[in-house]
Parts: sequence; structure tokens; C-alpha cells
Amino acid sequence: MATIRYGDDVFELAQDESVLDGLTRQGIAIPSGCRSGICQTCIMRALHGTPPAAAQQDLTGHQRQQGCFLSCICYPQHDMQVALPDDAPARLSATVARVERLSADILQVTLHCHADFRYRPGQFINLHRNETLSRSYSLASVPELDEGLHLHVKRIAQGKVSAWVHDELEPGLQIEIQGAMGDCYYTPDDKHQALLLVGTGSGLAPLYGIVRDALHQGHRGEIRLYHGSRGIGGLYLLDELRALQEQYANFSYFPCLSQQTLSGFRSGRAHDLALADRPDLKNWKVFLCGHPGMVNSTRKKSFLAGAAFQDIHADAFVVAQQT
Amino acid sequence: MTETGKSLYEKIGGEAAVNAAVDIFYRKVLADDRISSFFEGVDMSKQAAKQKAFLTMAFGGPHNYSGLDMRRGHAHLVEKGLNDSHFDAVMENLAATMQELKVPDELIAEAAAIAESTRNDVLGR
Repeated sequence: MATIRYGDDVFELAQDESVLDGLTRQGIAIPSGCRSGICQTCIMRALHGTPPAAAQQDLTGHQRQQGCFLSCICYPQHDMQVALPDDAPARLSATVARVERLSADILQVTLHCHADFRYRPGQFINLHRNETLSRSYSLASVPELDEGLHLHVKRIAQGKVSAWVHDELEPGLQIEIQGAMGDCYYTPDDKHQALLLVGTGSGLAPLYGIVRDALHQGHRGEIRLYHGSRGIGGLYLLDELRALQEQYANFSYFPCLSQQTLSGFRSGRAHDLALADRPDLKNWKVFLCGHPGMVNSTRKKSFLAGAAFQDIHADAFVVAQQT
Repeated sequence: MTETGKSLYEKIGGEAAVNAAVDIFYRKVLADDRISSFFEGVDMSKQAAKQKAFLTMAFGGPHNYSGLDMRRGHAHLVEKGLNDSHFDAVMENLAATMQELKVPDELIAEAAAIAESTRNDVLGR
């Protein structure tokens, strides 16, 4: 069993216990979110010992060099001395400016950040409810077009942060955020490349930001956005997206319903329709956000349909396993 | 250094060759009905990194795999029935990938020999 040293605490990890779980068991509060190796809230740094490669897989080369690792998926074979990284995105104070309803279970939260906050639409931030409880939300706003940061927060059954957002957030409240992180955003390196965006539920948030960012930056290639839900109640920003479609000839918007038939809407699952419409994705850039099952299977299908692996940006909205 | 003094990895084209090969190879493997079921439900980013490590090794490049790593890494697949026919399928996909990239036949044979050398460890024998 590996021995973990954190500050003055030294303890042994149990069988199949992650570094995060071990520290939590010791009563040491480490910020964490998804507990699935996605949100990077629980990032730590090894002062001694080498983190297992699996716990560093999705980090940048720079972070790996510094010995950073994700403590929630770190199951070391050897002893480690660990610390919180000094270069984790700083926690910043922000004020809730507006809370608006987008659909039955999704709110748009607008935050004003006091510090100079740089981000690209589609990246995510961590929203902290308290010292140890946070969740990741994607940015739907475009800094050049919008005032403040826009988040689409869906109420999750038993969700500790989403319930707090839905029930307690109100204009004027001070909260803490951390970010921006992630590489799911538009880059203007090839303005003629075709873009395919597929999202379910509040997975529209990053895509709404990316589409408007691309159009604002003068993207010339075809842009196809598929937003899926079971029924009409799960779709939102319909008017705004239809207006964008009117305004830009290269932008097409497809609201899709998988369990309801309505004129003006595509019938079927968004990702199935998207791939059936464009079976050859060679040279396309693909953005996938929302339900993890949809994201993972569509990532594979897009890749098999010819999209280069590095041109597929996927953001699976993992619901936290436990808190 | 003369052409004959170069390592296999240098002759094939080093990391750039691996990067060119990884999408082609991984797409072939995922699309191959003989073996695609072994990749169901795996995280593609992690899997792509593994494919890259495998190709680096097959191309004679730097790697840290030991025979024991190969055994451990594939033990759960051997339990699911991984056998010689599946290994053969991967070998075919590897050769087809290099042919597509116009790697000369003698270098393909060298890379295939390196990959072949892992067979018993991969299959847990």
C-alpha cells in the first residue's frame, strides 16, 4: 500500500482508495467536483514520488512536468508526498447579476467577475458553493458581445450545487469561481473549415457560445448546430438561434426531438440526425457537449466518419458521483 | 550518420510518423468487427494515447513498456476471450496503416517483428 504525506499528515491508502478519498478520510478538505477525472477541481501536485500516468492523462505537458495529477483518479503504487498546486486557477470573487429561466429546469446565471477574467466561449468555470463543494459549468457568453459570464444551470436530482443555484442564487450575491478551463472552444485558424456542433440539454451552453464566437470572428465555412431533447420543453434559446440562422447564410440550426413529433423540429436523436445528414466528416471540426453516453458514442462515430481525433472536442457533462 | 546507421524509428520518421499513423491505425482498429468489441466503453482520449504509445514502440521508438506491463494491461481482455486471431487482426491493421503511409516494405517488416515480439505477453502466455 502506498503511503501519502500531506503537510504534517502521513497515512496509508486503503485498497482501491484514491488519493482524494484518502485525504477526505483523514479529514483534510480538498476541493473536488466530478470525482471522475474530468473537471480538474481536485488537481494536486506531487512534491515527492511520481503520480501514475492515468492520473495525469488529460493534463498539459506543462502540468505533468510540474508533477500535477488529478487526486480523484490517482491510485498510486508507490509513496507520494502531495500538496495543493500553487498554480491552480485562482479563486475569484464574482457577483450574481441576473438569474433568468431558460426552460423548465434550466436557469441562465449571469455573473460579473471583479478581476480581469479572460476566457473563450465554451470553456468552463468551477462554481464554488463552499470551501469543498463545487461544480463545473460551461460559458455560453462571448466576451466581445456579452456583459458578464453566462452559465446554463440545469437542476439535477439531488444535485447539491444546482439546487443551491436554483433555490438560493439571487442578484447581488457574492460567490467564488475558478477558471476558465478546458479546450472546447473556437479557434480561428481555418475560417473555411466546416463545423458540426451537437448538444443535448444544457450542453447547448458551450455550443451557443462557440457558434456566436465563430460567427462574430467571421467564420466562413458551414456551421451546423443540432440541439436535442426528448420533448419541446427541453429546448431553449429557439428564437435566438432561429434569428442567427436568418442572419447568417452559413449557419444552420436543427432543434431535434427524440420523443415528440412537431412541425419545425427534426424527429430523432440529435447525434443520429447530425451524422445521417453529414456521413463524411473528413476535415470537419466537431464539438460535442452534454449527456456522456451521447458524447462518447458520437465522438467515436465522428472519428470513424473521418474527423481527425484532434478536431473532435468533447465535453461530457458528468454528474458528480458523490460528494 | 549513414542511412544504415539510423535506427528504425529515425528511418520511419520519428514522432511525426507516429502522429500521422495514430488516427489511421486507431480508425482501422475501431472499425474492424473482429476486434472492435474490445474497445466498447473505453475512454477514447486515453485509448488514443495508448495507441500512440504502442505505435511508438512498434516503430522502434522510446517506450517504457515491460513484458509485465503488457500482461497486466491486457489481462482483463484475455478474460474476455482475447486470442491469437485478435492479435493477428491488430498486426494486419498495423501493416495496412504503414502501407497507407507509404512506409517501405522492409521497415514494415521490422516494425511488425517488434509488435510480434509482444504476442505472448499480450495474450498472457
